[in-house]
Amino acid sequence: KRVRDTRTKLAPAYHLILEGILILWIIRLLFSKTYKLQERSDLTLKEKEELIEEWQPEPLVPPVPKDHPALNYNIVSGPPTHIITVNGKECINFASFNFLGLLNNEKVKSAAQASLKKYGVGTCGPRGFYGTFDVHLELEERLAKFMRTEEAIIYSYGFATIASAIPAYSKRGDIVFVDEAACFAIQKGLQASRSNIKLFKHNDMADLERLLKEQETEDQKNPRKARVTRRFIVVEGLYMNTGDICPLPELIKLKYKYKVRIFLEESLSFGVLGEHGRGITEHFGINIDDIDLISANMENSLASIGGFCCGRSFIIDHQRLSGQGYCFSASLPPLLAAAAIEALNIMEDSPDIFQTLRAKCERIHKALQGISGLKVVGESFSPALHLQLEESCGSRENDVKLLKRVVDYCMNSGIALTQARYLEKEEKCLPPPSIRVVITVEQTEQELDKAASLLKEAAQSVLN
Amino acid sequence: MANPSAVCNGHLHHHHHQKQNNLLKSGISKKNGITKGMKKNGVSNGTLYKKTFIEHFEQAPMYVAVFTFVGFAVGTIFGYLRDFMRAWGLEKRNIAAEREQQKDFVPLYQDFENFYTRNLYLRIRDNWNRPICSVPGPQFDLMERVTDDYNWTFRFTGRTIKNVINMGSYNYLGFAETDVNALKTVTIELEKYGTGVCSTRQEMGTLDKHVELEKLVATFLGVEDAMVFGMGFATNSMNIPALVGKGCLILSDELNHTSLVLGARLSGATIRIFKHNNMQSLEKLLRDAIVYGQPRTHRAWRKIIILVEGIYSMEGSIVRLPEIVSLKNKYKAYLYLDEAHSIGAVGATGRGVVEYFGMSPDDVDVLMGTFTKSFGAAGGYIAGKKGLVDFLRTHSHSAVYATSMCPAVAEQIIRAMKCLMGLDGTTQGLQRVRQLEKNTRYFRRKLHEMGFIIYGNDDSPVVPLLLYMPGKIGAFARRMLEKNIGVVVVGFPATPITESRARFCVSAAHTREMLDTVLNALDELGDFLHLKYSRYSKSSHPELYEESRLELED
Repeated sequence: KRVRDTRTKLAPAYHLILEGILILWIIRLLFSKTYKLQERSDLTLKEKEELIEEWQPEPLVPPVPKDHPALNYNIVSGPPTHIITVNGKECINFASFNFLGLLNNEKVKSAAQASLKKYGVGTCGPRGFYGTFDVHLELEERLAKFMRTEEAIIYSYGFATIASAIPAYSKRGDIVFVDEAACFAIQKGLQASRSNIKLFKHNDMADLERLLKEQETEDQKNPRKARVTRRFIVVEGLYMNTGDICPLPELIKLKYKYKVRIFLEESLSFGVLGEHGRGITEHFGINIDDIDLISANMENSLASIGGFCCGRSFIIDHQRLSGQGYCFSASLPPLLAAAAIEALNIMEDSPDIFQTLRAKCERIHKALQGISGLKVVGESFSPALHLQLEESCGSRENDVKLLKRVVDYCMNSGIALTQARYLEKEEKCLPPPSIRVVITVEQTEQELDKAASLLKEAAQSVLN
Repeated sequence: MANPSAVCNGHLHHHHHQKQNNLLKSGISKKNGITKGMKKNGVSNGTLYKKTFIEHFEQAPMYVAVFTFVGFAVGTIFGYLRDFMRAWGLEKRNIAAEREQQKDFVPLYQDFENFYTRNLYLRIRDNWNRPICSVPGPQFDLMERVTDDYNWTFRFTGRTIKNVINMGSYNYLGFAETDVNALKTVTIELEKYGTGVCSTRQEMGTLDKHVELEKLVATFLGVEDAMVFGMGFATNSMNIPALVGKGCLILSDELNHTSLVLGARLSGATIRIFKHNNMQSLEKLLRDAIVYGQPRTHRAWRKIIILVEGIYSMEGSIVRLPEIVSLKNKYKAYLYLDEAHSIGAVGATGRGVVEYFGMSPDDVDVLMGTFTKSFGAAGGYIAGKKGLVDFLRTHSHSAVYATSMCPAVAEQIIRAMKCLMGLDGTTQGLQRVRQLEKNTRYFRRKLHEMGFIIYGNDDSPVVPLLLYMPGKIGAFARRMLEKNIGVVVVGFPATPITESRARFCVSAAHTREMLDTVLNALDELGDFLHLKYSRYSKSSHPELYEESRLELED
């Protein structure tokens, strides 16, 4: 039989005392104010007011000196066609990217006029909200057919085209290999995408391969991450900053070897290279499906405004929902789209203009060789050349001033030229100062010769 | 549900987050309820306003939130089901696929990213991207579009639906017109200049037309100088990085447009978000910024810039400009005002929110706006002091790298602006502004009377009508089209997930009959779809509201 011990067991005295103290302590903690570390260093209201009083911001914009080279624009009166009136003086236009001379074409203008009568000027909405006109759909179809791709998408501004296309596919954590001489629009697109950017030396395939190999070894260390990291190569067909073309066949080989997608920016090469003007893929005879995305602006050869991307539907359709410049911006005014369609018609009907343009480029390229003090930068068939100083005089500012004198000399004698403009602080790899020479089909051989000899004279008088 | 791929990651996240938190508490949104008369309060800020500032953000009853969630849940479950069936080949796959040669490349899109697009957006995507084939005036012609495979692909039947009333285009003053007389100068300039410019502003792309336009814009706004750009979106994304950089602070409203968010991100400055139109939140951020300086180093900020819009296009609310200007003056910050929707649309003579509040344009440091909405053209401008504009002429990304505006488009803006200013010898401009005001007031009053929940300020021509439930989005837009009225509906992610809405843009070109047609259709549809959630609808007995009626008749 078990006897229950009914006596209550009393705990030893010290136990009770300790427990009592503990309970009192807990009660105290519960009711005391929370103790934040910051409290010690918190500022009083008076101190805050003083800080607010004292703080002086920078001025919103720094003052711009009156003689800043970019402040006084050349003002063109009338259309910037073959004969251009700059600052009141009539000159032959060697500065506007009107490669095929379509800016002043009667058929293009009448197409635009017809569209103006029917649709007015603006579209009053983005593509998603009644801003899609039948003209836009037609232009997209025509561009896709011309470039022999499945689909095309148009943007209302050339700069925004590639700058919206890149961030639509490449996100944070993805890797983009881009050429050093890529244009500013590509740089902004890359910045907006927040991806890892790896620059490779201009047109240097060995350097690119080195970077790709390095990335491969990185991948082997972390295969799980590598499986979800997208890779892209961004190159231009015809570089704006250097006038040469990218070695596309080698790039295609690298693409399949290292499993990287290629985005090709063809603003200058669309309507210039290739037998029918289809760009660098036609120039090299490459199957267009090998390029994932081709982006171009319609502001050079097509003499309109806006840009387009073309490629397979799998890729292009994605931009209709995630291309920022497409979804959140008003669509292209229909008169500009109609003008582009007509320009495309002309390009398709007369493919010999590309040959003519190429011949003229070769001619002036040869004629400009041997100018003392200036060297020609660019391929012989590139319609946008640069003339750089053979020897820099020390500072960029002085180089710019010197080139300005050359340009002014030419302008006074009837040839309109311009210096290539850059934002010096914003460019990743700033190209040296240069004079931009643009060749169009409208320039006659005499005019080309005149321009070459004038530049020789100008270089002689200014640089010697 | 436009743009489901969550492009506007920055501000979407905040809004979404806030809504989620509040849904857990009682009620749907912690936005104040009916605020009629609330802003006339005797708080110190009340003295800054020269006229009454009435904004509505009514909450819907609780059951609406419940049903909205149920709707999304059902959609999601069916989405998973269909994905499963597609993966197992039980259902046809209509999606475009990657090339065979590139199948072993890293996938371009993550499957989940597109879940929303495939399964929810796709069901109702016939309500967006509707192609039109006429001028986007008060009425337009739609191309008839049918789908044989549940919205995967569309085909055009070749017919057009004529004279659909346009409640979706941003045509506030009715300048989107094809009247031969009105477009006379545009036709001439188009013939003279052609369409392209083929060069940038700093090289050979500045035409005399641009100079003329810039002078006119500066005169119109009452500032020293202005600069115009070819695209409104690009105006923000290319100029904000030129104005601010690292070491600066940007205080941006919660509901700012994607272009402002992109410009802010590209600038490299630190971005802090304040609650929509909430001055206490803004003041707190300003004080903390100046007192504590940059994070971690506590160095002083180089400058602080506040980014706001004149009228917010998804809410229809107007910025509280007098309060913001007083805050900006007190704390020495700079103000960047994006008047995309408000220039031409508010104000006694169409000069925007600055005129609406009776303030001077000198109060705002950077006045930005677009020409797409009220002027029926394309492009944007930035205006302000000469020093600012000179700086932009030399340092803006657009001036150096982007083509300038097409001269024919510039001429359209010039003629519209001249009309608005009365420089063409008629009072047509002023009449348009008055007509817009009348139309706005009438439309909003009627919608309130009918019992719909409308957001926004009483004077804003952007009228969001709340639908809430995902199923009603598609139903609403389709039925309105059947009645020959074109509307715009928006859902997630452009709006918070529980607040899908239809958005009407009132235009000066709408006649009273058109508005009445729309209102009657809305009335019917509202009853049919049970959209009249408002608990505060005014009685439909106009004789009890004599004063407001008199106000309207003037």
